[in-house]
Amino acid sequence: MSARILIAEDEGSIVTSLDFLMKRCGFETRVARDGEMALAALREFRPDLVILDIMLPLRSGFEICAAIRGDGALRATRVLMLTARGGSGEEAKGMAAGADGYMTKPFSTHELVERVRELLGPAMASGASA
Amino acid sequence: MLRSWVVVFASFGYIGLLFAIAWFADRRAREGRSIIANPVIYSLSLAVYATAWTFYGSVGRAAHDGVGFLPIYVGPTLMILLWWFVLRKMIRVSKLARITSLADFVASRYGKSALLGGLVTVIAVIGILPYISLQLKAVSSSFQIVLGYPELEMPRSGNPILQVTAFYVALLMALFTIAFGTRHVDVGERHEGMVAAIAFESIVKLVAFLAVGLYVTFGIFGGFGDVFGKAAQRPELARLMAPFSAEGSLASWAWMTVLSMLAIVFLPRQFQVAVIENVEERHLKTAVWLFPLYMLAINVFVLPIAFGGMLLFPAGVDPDSFVLTLPMSQHHEALTLLVFVGGISAATGMVIVETIALSTMVCNDLVMPILLRWKRLNLAARSDFTALLLDIRRGAIVVILLLGYFYFTVAGEAYALVSIGLISFAAVAQFAPAVLGGLYWKGGSKAGALAGLSVGFAVWFFTLLLPAFAKSGWFGMDVVDNGLLGLELLRPTQLFGLRGLDQITHAMIWSMLANIGAYVLVSLVGRQSAAEHSQATLFVDVFTQTGEAPRVWRATTSVSALQALLGRFLGPARAAEQFTAYARVRGLKSAQELEADAGLLNFAERQLAGTIGAASARTMVATVAQEEPLGMEEVMTIIDEASHVIAYSHELEQKKQELEEATANLRAANERLKELDRLKDDFISTVTHELRTPLTSIRAFSEILHDSPDIDPAERHRFLGLIIKESERLTRLINQVLDLAKLESGMAEWRTSELDLCEIVGDAVSATSQIFKSRGVSVEARLPDRVPPVAGDRDRVMQVMLNLLSNAVKFSPSGTGRVEVRLAVETDGVRVDVEDNGVGVSKEHQGVVFEKFRQVGDTLTQKPAGTGLGLAICRQIVERLGGRLWLQSEPGKGSVFSFILPLAVRQEQAVAATA
Repeated sequence: MSARILIAEDEGSIVTSLDFLMKRCGFETRVARDGEMALAALREFRPDLVILDIMLPLRSGFEICAAIRGDGALRATRVLMLTARGGSGEEAKGMAAGADGYMTKPFSTHELVERVRELLGPAMASGASA
Repeated sequence: MLRSWVVVFASFGYIGLLFAIAWFADRRAREGRSIIANPVIYSLSLAVYATAWTFYGSVGRAAHDGVGFLPIYVGPTLMILLWWFVLRKMIRVSKLARITSLADFVASRYGKSALLGGLVTVIAVIGILPYISLQLKAVSSSFQIVLGYPELEMPRSGNPILQVTAFYVALLMALFTIAFGTRHVDVGERHEGMVAAIAFESIVKLVAFLAVGLYVTFGIFGGFGDVFGKAAQRPELARLMAPFSAEGSLASWAWMTVLSMLAIVFLPRQFQVAVIENVEERHLKTAVWLFPLYMLAINVFVLPIAFGGMLLFPAGVDPDSFVLTLPMSQHHEALTLLVFVGGISAATGMVIVETIALSTMVCNDLVMPILLRWKRLNLAARSDFTALLLDIRRGAIVVILLLGYFYFTVAGEAYALVSIGLISFAAVAQFAPAVLGGLYWKGGSKAGALAGLSVGFAVWFFTLLLPAFAKSGWFGMDVVDNGLLGLELLRPTQLFGLRGLDQITHAMIWSMLANIGAYVLVSLVGRQSAAEHSQATLFVDVFTQTGEAPRVWRATTSVSALQALLGRFLGPARAAEQFTAYARVRGLKSAQELEADAGLLNFAERQLAGTIGAASARTMVATVAQEEPLGMEEVMTIIDEASHVIAYSHELEQKKQELEEATANLRAANERLKELDRLKDDFISTVTHELRTPLTSIRAFSEILHDSPDIDPAERHRFLGLIIKESERLTRLINQVLDLAKLESGMAEWRTSELDLCEIVGDAVSATSQIFKSRGVSVEARLPDRVPPVAGDRDRVMQVMLNLLSNAVKFSPSGTGRVEVRLAVETDGVRVDVEDNGVGVSKEHQGVVFEKFRQVGDTLTQKPAGTGLGLAICRQIVERLGGRLWLQSEPGKGSVFSFILPLAVRQEQAVAATA
């Protein structure tokens, strides 16, 4: 039982790197390149964690976050926000929107993986090795 | 002796004597040996103040009020102190301004207002009617009484015989007056004959009164002590000897005194003899003591006669008649006749002078202005005015006397003589504020005078005249009892609840309050015209002015026209005389040498004013000269003031505008700063974002490759490729950002030279041919053979071309894409078009395309490579070079990016302007 990770990001190369990283951890991944796709994926894929870029076309990351929080079925879903904008104000905004974690680009791959594992919890963190 | 025909004969004889004196005086005046240029004559003429009212009425009043008859004579005596200042000023001003009447005085002071003159005339005429009727009553009654000799029969009120008598008396007086005053029109409205005649009649009435007084005191009684002693024994008479015995009598005294102080100046006849007829100012010095002496003399025996009558006669004998009935009762016929003639003298003196003064006002200040303005009559074209003037005056005299008679029949029976007279006093008192204010307060304005006079007159009418009519039964008592419109507060005799005063005092308080209040308030609130200003200064400062202010005329007339104008009023001979005299004064030999300049117009106006009054004179000369005069000094002052004010307000306006501009500028600058700040923040955050994005991939892949040595080689290859790509992207971005920053800040280096666009376009196309080939898009350049050179930096223009071409490639469909480059020469420069057949740009995005970091593209497909800064940079470059860059596109139909660069000649200017 591997964790399901939804990657919501529009930059192609970043998607590639994230996807690689998550797969290497043994998680199941799904990619959404804009807000609409993200919403659809949330319903269908029911991820355990969403790596969410704030600057998404069509729907912003904040909106998606609010959607997750508003959906009872996704209570357990964790949200890790990614942004290229710096500043503590952004982080506060993210937390206020209901994100569980917040990372700025460029990120360290180690740190990202660690955060994901942390958020998923010990039960799922282990990954593929079942 | 006292038969009717004797009495009549004596009366006519006396009148005839007066005529003779007048004629004699006139003749002497013509010969240049005026007999009235004599201070004694002047002072005696002032005694026309004492009329039949004095003659008969003071005794009547004394019989009721004791010493209460005195204020009417105390007033003028008190005025002595003021005469020297007030009268003297009036005389000086009147001479200077050629005033011909009281109405003329007021009109002249307030900017030569014909309206004001007319109003004063109307008030004067209406106001004096009671007074005239009083004389008629006195003459008629005394005539009746004398005819009743030896019986002492009092004429009963409403007696038709009395009315008929009065009528004939009125007509006769009219005839006398016409004969006295309208034989010719005199310059300055001087009536030397009349003055001489009334000086004589002053003597006559004084003599008559003294005679009867002496007779009663020493003939019937044993002297003053005897009369007063006997009176003291009778309680009702004793009371009369104590002043202020009745309630409210102090107020009455006070107001009566004030009234008569005003009347001695403002009664039209007094103004006439005191001011208009005055020959020399210094005659006033004599009048100052002689007149009070006369007053004293004529009043000395009033109380004795009154008491004598009360003591001798039973009740029922009208005290007004005592002067007549006392000698009658003693069968002293000669004295009776003398007294009667004295009474006639007093009455006719008053009527003649008053009516002449009034008719002059009616003619000059009421009728003539109206006629002159009535264009249909085309009066200004008449050649001879004297006949018209005289006719108007004669008509006025008849009308006034008939009106006086009418008043007598309607209201004359209601009151005793004194009360009737006081009503008139109160009427002329209304002139006081406007005249005295006009003499001493420059701020008094025409509007103020109009307001004061109108209001004061209205109150006078309401509180005095209306009740008189009502009491006589001509008018219902309803308004008197219940007030106007049934409001108790508006009762004519107790206005606003003011009680306890006699009617005259009550009326005086309210009318003076209203008059002065309106005059002052309206004057303060309003503004004066230039004419009012100059007249105000002339009047108020008359003693300080060294000479007459020359008036500015701008005229287009001739000397002959002016002379003819004068001739119409003075007679051609007289006019010629005047002109010749004036020419001589100017140092010229004859009138022919005169020029129709300001001075002459001035002179003509002054001469005319002496005949028809200042207001009409102005109109007439203005008709001929077609201009309006202004006092030069006044004009300069007014202009000066005005220009100061204008300059100041200009300054203020300017300052205000500057301030507004500065504020607006500041506000705009602030807005711009905020906007720029926002933009800067936006820019910085966007740049940050854009920089971090490729960095993210670079770092991520680098770490991945570093941490996974056993990665699949294909993947490793792929990831390395991505690293390289993103590094390039990053580099490009950094370069472009820096470039844009340099361009925007103006720090970029420009190497301007003359460029051949054909060559540049050609180079750009060949430089990008590889990209086109790899994308499968065809590119074609359609260039004319030669184009005029444009000025610019080659590298920059190349940069623009390359950018446009690479955009075209990016957005053209692969394989079928076609890009065309065209060059065209326009009037203001050379235009380059880069057309592609790609997806096109929708209207809403067309503006966005040129913005920094904005890219338009189908979001489902891969985001187009590029920073989004390219077009922004292109636009900066093109605009820096003085050109324009724009887009024409429709979705699905491709796009055309065009830019135009100005020709080399004007290029430098454009660059200089934008640098």
